[in-house]
Amino acid sequence: MPGSRMTGPIASALLVVASFAAVVALLARCAGLNDRGPWVATITYGGAYGRAVEEAVLVPFAGQTGLRVEVDGFGGGLAQIRAQVDAGRVFWDVVDVETAEAVRGCEEGLFEWVAIADMLPAPDGTSAADDFKVEQQTQCAIPGVSFSTAVAYNEDLFPGEKPGTIHDFFDLEKFPGRRGMRRAPEANLEFAIMGDGVSRAEVYNVLGTEEGLQRAFDKLSSIKDHIVWWEAGAQPPQMLADREVAMSTAYNGRIFNAQVLENQPFSIVWDGQIVDQAQMAIVAGTPRLDAARRLLRFFTSTEAQAGIAGRIAYGPARLSSDALVSTHLATGVEMAPHLPTYPANLEKALQTDARWWSARRDDLHERFSTWLIR
Amino acid sequence: MTARWRAAALVLPLLIYTVVTFLVPLTTMLVRSFYDPVVAEVLPGVLAALDDWNGSGDPPEPAWEAAATDLRAAAEAGTVGRVASRVGRVDPDLRTVLPGTAFALAEGGLRPARGQTWHDVMVSVDSAWASPDTWRGIKEGGRRFTSRHYLNAVDLTRGPDGSVAARPEDRRIYLPLFWRTLQVSLAVTLLCLVLGYPVAHLIAHASPRKRGILLALVLVPFWTSLLARTTSWIVLLQNQGVINDLLVATGLVADDGRLALVYNMAGTLIAMAHVLLPFMVLSLYSVMNSISPQYMRAAASLGARPWHAFRKVYWPQSLPGVGAGCLMVFILAIGYYITPALVGGSSGQLISNMVAYHMQQSLNWGLAAALGVLMLGGVMLLYVLYDRLTGGRVGIR
Repeated sequence: MPGSRMTGPIASALLVVASFAAVVALLARCAGLNDRGPWVATITYGGAYGRAVEEAVLVPFAGQTGLRVEVDGFGGGLAQIRAQVDAGRVFWDVVDVETAEAVRGCEEGLFEWVAIADMLPAPDGTSAADDFKVEQQTQCAIPGVSFSTAVAYNEDLFPGEKPGTIHDFFDLEKFPGRRGMRRAPEANLEFAIMGDGVSRAEVYNVLGTEEGLQRAFDKLSSIKDHIVWWEAGAQPPQMLADREVAMSTAYNGRIFNAQVLENQPFSIVWDGQIVDQAQMAIVAGTPRLDAARRLLRFFTSTEAQAGIAGRIAYGPARLSSDALVSTHLATGVEMAPHLPTYPANLEKALQTDARWWSARRDDLHERFSTWLIR
Repeated sequence: MTARWRAAALVLPLLIYTVVTFLVPLTTMLVRSFYDPVVAEVLPGVLAALDDWNGSGDPPEPAWEAAATDLRAAAEAGTVGRVASRVGRVDPDLRTVLPGTAFALAEGGLRPARGQTWHDVMVSVDSAWASPDTWRGIKEGGRRFTSRHYLNAVDLTRGPDGSVAARPEDRRIYLPLFWRTLQVSLAVTLLCLVLGYPVAHLIAHASPRKRGILLALVLVPFWTSLLARTTSWIVLLQNQGVINDLLVATGLVADDGRLALVYNMAGTLIAMAHVLLPFMVLSLYSVMNSISPQYMRAAASLGARPWHAFRKVYWPQSLPGVGAGCLMVFILAIGYYITPALVGGSSGQLISNMVAYHMQQSLNWGLAAALGVLMLGGVMLLYVLYDRLTGGRVGIR
């Protein structure tokens, strides 16, 4: 075709422009969420906890405020949050993280500062400060529901005497069988030192010394050959059901689900279990700070916390929620005795010390890994 | 010339995409392994004042006032936590000393009283400031360019006098993990080759109809979720699992002598080999497919026994596929961590687990990047070695 030589440069220029336009359009689409009315974004872990939060918090929040709630899937960890903050493009507003992550993220400037005093008062007018069961672990997060890492066992494997204390977990003679533990130092060191006879009040003092730490590792070594290490919270109930282990540390909510939804013959040893809280935080630099604060206040309100506890066996963050928690919505089981914050369960519980861990976590992870492969 | 430009324009979208989504993130990550300006930016005064200090005895007087000024500013700007977490990796005590001092200075508005120096103020806030260790930690943590992460990644540490020494024995974790990762990857590669070679041969020389079915059988697990496949292996392999039940039912194994097939190295190898097998089979298949059956027939007609013909005729021709498959499986295996974490028990921790820990949990991206660079370097080294050994005849072409 004559003249095609003349249009050559123009054609290539057009191609360049077109390809740039395509890339820009693609980027713009990724960024173009905010054109459909006011909204706020949060994350979900999925599973039973994710569903409980969605039903008890996110749906009613959207209904009451008219704000659209965007929910992204999330597998934990801080890498994505840090990437958003570093890039200055925050698209999650309220996040639900582990205590250790909240403390570390706070140091790194990943979260806005928040205070319990700014949360909603209880329905009877009690101030938020008097209504929360635990204090803030960091100025970057409000404590949410409590959960326990506890020893659970399969009743069928112990027809006679049942394990009743944390000592029994380490007693292979009296209670033979393999033990499941999470492959991480967190909680295990506490279990070990309590299993070695240290009182709950002294756990972190003793672990803070080199001799104490050695004692805890020695205690773990005494059952090391009988430990099956787990990675994900879904594993321990499965291992107990399959009789792969006789006893395992596990998240109490998972054991509760196996008990009531699958009728598994599991029991939790409410002795020396370690209590931790979900931490609710706002990602630093979010362009939707007001909406984020509203969602945070709603999330930590008396009703929302009670709503979560009616769906999964995690203890509400507020004293005033306890009266609102009655039976499990799906099965009608009385919830209170299954909650980590139930007074009888709390009697022999250990509240995890986030500050103690934040100063030593990396070091202990390296030491634990070294111990593991030796 | 214009034709060339036009051709270039066609690949431009891909080029931009590659640069934006791959090269830029990769480079910024790699840079983190040796460059970290955060402490230097937040504490410029202290570091300048410590420039000439040799690390023993009290630091020079200007350093004390500079420390007070910088820390107060950091507390007000909310950056003291970032500094503390970095300096805290050099000296764990400083993780609490720095924020504590900074907030005390900012909130108390402390100043030296008459007859006092900044030295006295700082020491009165936290006695840790009287120790040269504190200042050495700040100086070391404040380096913009550092080899710290690389030393850490090979279980070395820098002493107070700047000399390099091995870390204490109960903290040496990365070299053993590198070694184990290498062993596991090699074992998985070998396993895949042994299992995959006959399968690929079967597919390559089957009738077209059978070939379609066999290829689909290889590909179906490939399309199944990784977690589903991994947990299926747990169901099969565990103590009370399908395989052990079968062995006990057939009387091959006593009920109290069930085999430990999962939550140990055996589980890791079995599950990883299964996950990576399709890569080996497909690489081998693509090469074997082009080997004409006439060669083997010719060898046979010249009197070669099957094994001899295979060794002298078929195997050399399939080597490019062996090389490509092994490289691909090995490189993928090096980076695996979810599968070994779930089925590997105490042996399920590989170097990638530590990278994930430092990316997600400790936020020590410098160390994560250094570990990544060492892995990348190791793989490249192996590739070059391999290329040399095979004279460049074999490999991904």
